[in-house]
Amino acid sequence: MAAAVDIATIARWFTDGSHWQGSDGIPHRLAEHLTICGLSLAVAVGVALPVGIILGHLRKGGVLAENIANLGRAVPSLAILIIAVPFVGIGARPAELALIALAVPPLLTNTYVGMAGVDEDVRDAARGLGMTGWQMVVRAEVPLALPLILAGLRTAAFQVVATATLAAVVASGGLGRYIVDGLAVRDNVEVVCGSLLVVALAVTVEVLIAGIQRLAVAAPLRNPKSYTTDEQLEESVHETVLDPAA
Amino acid sequence: MLGASQPWVEWSWVRTHLHVIRHDLWEHVLLTLIAIGVGLLITFVLALGARAWRPLEGPLLAVCGTLYAVPSIALFALLVPFTGFTTLTAEIGLVGYTLLILLRNLLAGLDAVPEDVRDAALGMGFSRWRLLTRVELPLALPALFAGIRVATVTTIGLVTVTVLIGEGGLGALLYEGFNDNFFRTEMLAGAVLVVVLALAADLALVGVERVLTPWTRREAG
Repeated sequence: MAAAVDIATIARWFTDGSHWQGSDGIPHRLAEHLTICGLSLAVAVGVALPVGIILGHLRKGGVLAENIANLGRAVPSLAILIIAVPFVGIGARPAELALIALAVPPLLTNTYVGMAGVDEDVRDAARGLGMTGWQMVVRAEVPLALPLILAGLRTAAFQVVATATLAAVVASGGLGRYIVDGLAVRDNVEVVCGSLLVVALAVTVEVLIAGIQRLAVAAPLRNPKSYTTDEQLEESVHETVLDPAA
Repeated sequence: MLGASQPWVEWSWVRTHLHVIRHDLWEHVLLTLIAIGVGLLITFVLALGARAWRPLEGPLLAVCGTLYAVPSIALFALLVPFTGFTTLTAEIGLVGYTLLILLRNLLAGLDAVPEDVRDAALGMGFSRWRLLTRVELPLALPALFAGIRVATVTTIGLVTVTVLIGEGGLGALLYEGFNDNFFRTEMLAGAVLVVVLALAADLALVGVERVLTPWTRREAG
């Protein structure tokens, strides 16, 4: 059995120079983790956002958007991860497939709901201003749907960063290596330190995207409660749609 | 392709390993049932506390939210030094993840009970306890059931991950198939059964809810 886990052993693990260099060092494992997550999220956003925006704009496929969310919950990431191995081999590839499948449902559902939830009056007003369908999407609907789209991105990014830990099961890199390797040899200190790294990364990502949400969402839309009052909705439309500088 | 020479389903393996499959399936169901059962119990106690003393509601939800935000694999792994490779380790994590979903839904359901209904019950001489058990809880059932469904399907998925700490239910089929030189039949059995289990549990809960809340159907129909 390994040394007892307490503040001292954890501190020693983190200050041990050998844990900060080489291919099993924290910087390298963190880079691997972020690469897998970044790639998966980028693909998921590339698929889910256009589909959600188009379906939401056309107000079609609501059942699809809802069922994808339910199906996504019912298919565990570990199952996708392992079933993908015979098709794409071991390493980062199956992990990326599992993470894309994990990230698409919250992105797609939130984008669809945000787009489909844009008030019909707003769409009428946009049409009345002579906007084409495309202009309406870019200048009226997406800005109004942005709070929900970003909430979906936040959920997806958090889940991807957390679940990328599983990649180590199929011989990929990432921070999960410390947990999976530590569990295999019953090295509790390594397990706990690896877990702390994953938690710290997940919290960092969460805070970062919350910051982006704050910056990217039009002021009147930041408080979801204000969304519903007519005056404020008009205000927000004024700001995001009618402002010539926008 | 890894293991390309094998077929996806070797029925002879399935036939000779039915007891293994049954064991893992049962373990999966049991881990889920305990998690949801204990989760519900704790949720009721927390909800009663929050109803009795309103200022408690915010902090309770915040604590459950924080717990929910810990990545599952990290949480299981963090518990291992203290509770070892045991069912208890798995259940602490699994129960922890149900709390936010269940508590939020139960409180929302209780909050949505119309004031008139409450007044009417009190006017009929109902005690606080009877008001809660005979009026408020039944009316909160649809909201609670929405939470139970999400929590159950989520838990069934999470149980697979506990294979890393020596539990896992059907996750064990996935993991052992993978470790046994990518044995496809075993991996596929684990994957298919876990999805089927999740969908079946969801459907069963819809059925139970319909039986328990006949009035919602009358209104809708």
